[in-house]
Amino acid sequence: MSAIGIDDIEGLLGESQYEEVGEFPVEQGYIWTTCSSVENGNPLFWDAEVAEAVTGGPIAPPTMVSVWFRPHHWAPNRSTPGLPLQIHFDLKEGLGLPEAVMSDNTIVFHEPVRPGDRLTTRQILKSVSDQKTTKLGTGRFWVIDVEYHNQRGDLVAVESYTGFGYRRAGTEETP
Amino acid sequence: MTTPTLLHGNVQAGQELPELAYPVTATTIVLGALAARDWRPMHHDKDFAVNRNGTQDIFLNTPNLASWFERYITDWTGPFGRLQRVTFRMKGSIFPGDTMVFRGAVTDSGIDAVGCGWVALDIAVSVDGDTKTSCTARVALPTAVDDNPWSRSGDRWTP
Repeated sequence: MSAIGIDDIEGLLGESQYEEVGEFPVEQGYIWTTCSSVENGNPLFWDAEVAEAVTGGPIAPPTMVSVWFRPHHWAPNRSTPGLPLQIHFDLKEGLGLPEAVMSDNTIVFHEPVRPGDRLTTRQILKSVSDQKTTKLGTGRFWVIDVEYHNQRGDLVAVESYTGFGYRRAGTEETP
Repeated sequence: MTTPTLLHGNVQAGQELPELAYPVTATTIVLGALAARDWRPMHHDKDFAVNRNGTQDIFLNTPNLASWFERYITDWTGPFGRLQRVTFRMKGSIFPGDTMVFRGAVTDSGIDAVGCGWVALDIAVSVDGDTKTSCTARVALPTAVDDNPWSRSGDRWTP
């Protein structure tokens, strides 16, 4: 991981970065935890016979695709927690923008994700805007694509995130 | 025997999805943060959310909101509905004490070049009439009782 300064942006646009295999396989327990958190009773996720008949066996909710890459809060032999959208944090650091929000998020779904799958992800910086001022503060918008593949090499999803990194009005710039 | 409950031919542009209203508590926010493995403090630590982020309280995290939208869509389609794409635009946060209300309507429908039926949806989640996140979605629906969008893969699935 390395900070992305303003002069680094052009060379990184369209480049694949941070390819990594998920820290753990897609698991049924987390599927239930997520469905429970939003009271999603879709029988695909709760009834094995329905899942077999409709999707050829159990699948994960498609919108969970990024969940499989959020690292454990702690793991042995790791000094700092990993960050799932590292380019976002590289931009914050390199551009000196201490705060950030995500404003826009598109997910396109390809092959279903199934319990036991081991997914791979990679991040691609697509664009960085000129400086803008919003009600949150002054900063820049950026778009990052995240591609997900399963262990067979099938594309399972592509996410595009629009982030806004900013400095709150009245706060001092870090030297 | 599992059969589709909503067929592509029974859906027209302008049709509205049933409304879903849900009272949000701190538990809703924290359950969602843990479910999405989002350990960042603004989704469970009110002091951090208020004094560091400048928000009124902890708030729902975006990946969990995606799970809410998915649930809202598939409550309507049933298990044969298969999401093709979703776009979220976050306008404001959802806090404990809010009642979030999901409303949606069909904006378009068609059959793609490989024969897959799809519908486009405009959905919004609002609190007290203010839209907090809007969502456009495209979801595949069976074109007949013996059609199943989940059976499509490779060149036959063009989301």
